[in-house]
Amino acid sequence: MSSDYVSPQVRGAVEGNDRRPGTPRRGSGFLDEPLRLGLTPSATVGPYLAIGLTWPDGPFAVAEGTAGAVWLRGRVTDGNGDLVPDAMIETWQVDPDGHVDHPDAPPGPGPVPGFRGFGRSSTAEPAGEYGILTLKPGRVPDGQGGLQAPHVDVSVFARGLLDRVVTRIYFGDEPEANAEDVVLRSLPEADRQTLIATPTQDGYRLDIVLQGDRETVFFAV
Amino acid sequence: MTTTDRGRALPRQEGPALPRYLREPAERRTPLAYPGYRSTALRAPLRTPVDLPHRLTEVTGPLLGEDLVTPADADLTLRMGGEAQGQRIIVFGRVLDSDGRPVPDALVEVWQANAAGRYRHVVDNWPAPLDPHFDGLGRVMTDSLGRYEFTTVKPGAYPWGNHHNAWRPAHIHFSLFGRAFPQRLVTQMYFPGDPLFAQDPIFTSIPAAARDRAIGTFDLDRTQPDWALAFRWDIVLRGAEQTPFETEDDGDVA
Ligand SMILES: [Fe+2]
Repeated sequence: MSSDYVSPQVRGAVEGNDRRPGTPRRGSGFLDEPLRLGLTPSATVGPYLAIGLTWPDGPFAVAEGTAGAVWLRGRVTDGNGDLVPDAMIETWQVDPDGHVDHPDAPPGPGPVPGFRGFGRSSTAEPAGEYGILTLKPGRVPDGQGGLQAPHVDVSVFARGLLDRVVTRIYFGDEPEANAEDVVLRSLPEADRQTLIATPTQDGYRLDIVLQGDRETVFFAV
Repeated sequence: MTTTDRGRALPRQEGPALPRYLREPAERRTPLAYPGYRSTALRAPLRTPVDLPHRLTEVTGPLLGEDLVTPADADLTLRMGGEAQGQRIIVFGRVLDSDGRPVPDALVEVWQANAAGRYRHVVDNWPAPLDPHFDGLGRVMTDSLGRYEFTTVKPGAYPWGNHHNAWRPAHIHFSLFGRAFPQRLVTQMYFPGDPLFAQDPIFTSIPAAARDRAIGTFDLDRTQPDWALAFRWDIVLRGAEQTPFETEDDGDVA
């Protein structure tokens, strides 16, 4: 690509910060500074996401047959209570010991072998339902001197959602940890319940309600 | 953060500094709900989202890729033993964060309609032809400088049922992970000067100030003579500030 090319993203960068050769803009380091480059806006995943986003091992955040693996399942419904059969759920989490393989994670042992931490499931089959095979995550610090309850971060994508929505799955058989969790504690009881999965024979269930009276708590991340 | 630490209250075990991913002001982000896009009416949540601090689960993310992607995945024009119909184009650019830093070794997933505007999908049955040599799926990894590139055919516009005589402008769907959960982005790249922009609510749902960022740029330098046109599209993901924790041990890391 030509070296003098200035993309619209760079041309449109917020003015007012010092400029250093080789980088478009530099900030002062304060969180309330304007972003240097404008972000690429999100768009809906549309109805044909299965073409681009299907992987044979998508639902397996951990390899099939791993000891202790559990299925996270649930239904996704809309503001009418109708099933949403063309959504995609993605999950991200630490392993049972709180470990994750990532350069920004603290140094230490990696996750258990075969643990990817990431799962992706469509809601096409059975209609409106997602399913992710994983290991129950461990507890990790909350940044306030305590530990968070075991949780899985969840993104929901669908036709009719112009951006992803983000929620969490917590676990109904962790009442003490849940009671200590800073995020859960900050929510009214009814809202908290929208995030807590119920134990089942092979794992846990949590329905995701996109809209309405029993709307799931979604997070700005 | 080790197994033996579990159950004890350990302040600031996440390391000396956690990145904190910056958020674009709402007026420059695509809103979740947009009246002109009818399907948002029953799907977009109505309540204000709750702020989630960025802790370990949020400052990490899946680093997927190399073992999943083959060189053939970067050429959508050669599938099922033959060549796709349509205008051959090269789509390329850089994946950056908002500080202008490249996002290297990152998975980019793309999907699109064929040159006639038809998706190879069971739900898409409008009367435009399928192409036996086009499946519409591409995957590439960014290189060490955040660059990506793939070869495809220019997708056609297609009608949809949102309103009377509604047509989607030509576009390519993109999915990116970046390096951490807040950088996750699913979006669409458009082509310059498309006359269908004004009537497309998915395009106009983007705040006016940000619409340019969704449109690729024709790049004459990168066209290949007697072979392909070229469009450049840089993708900007959320940048991060390293926020030091106030620990005495690690006070000099900022
Ligand atoms: Fe599309």
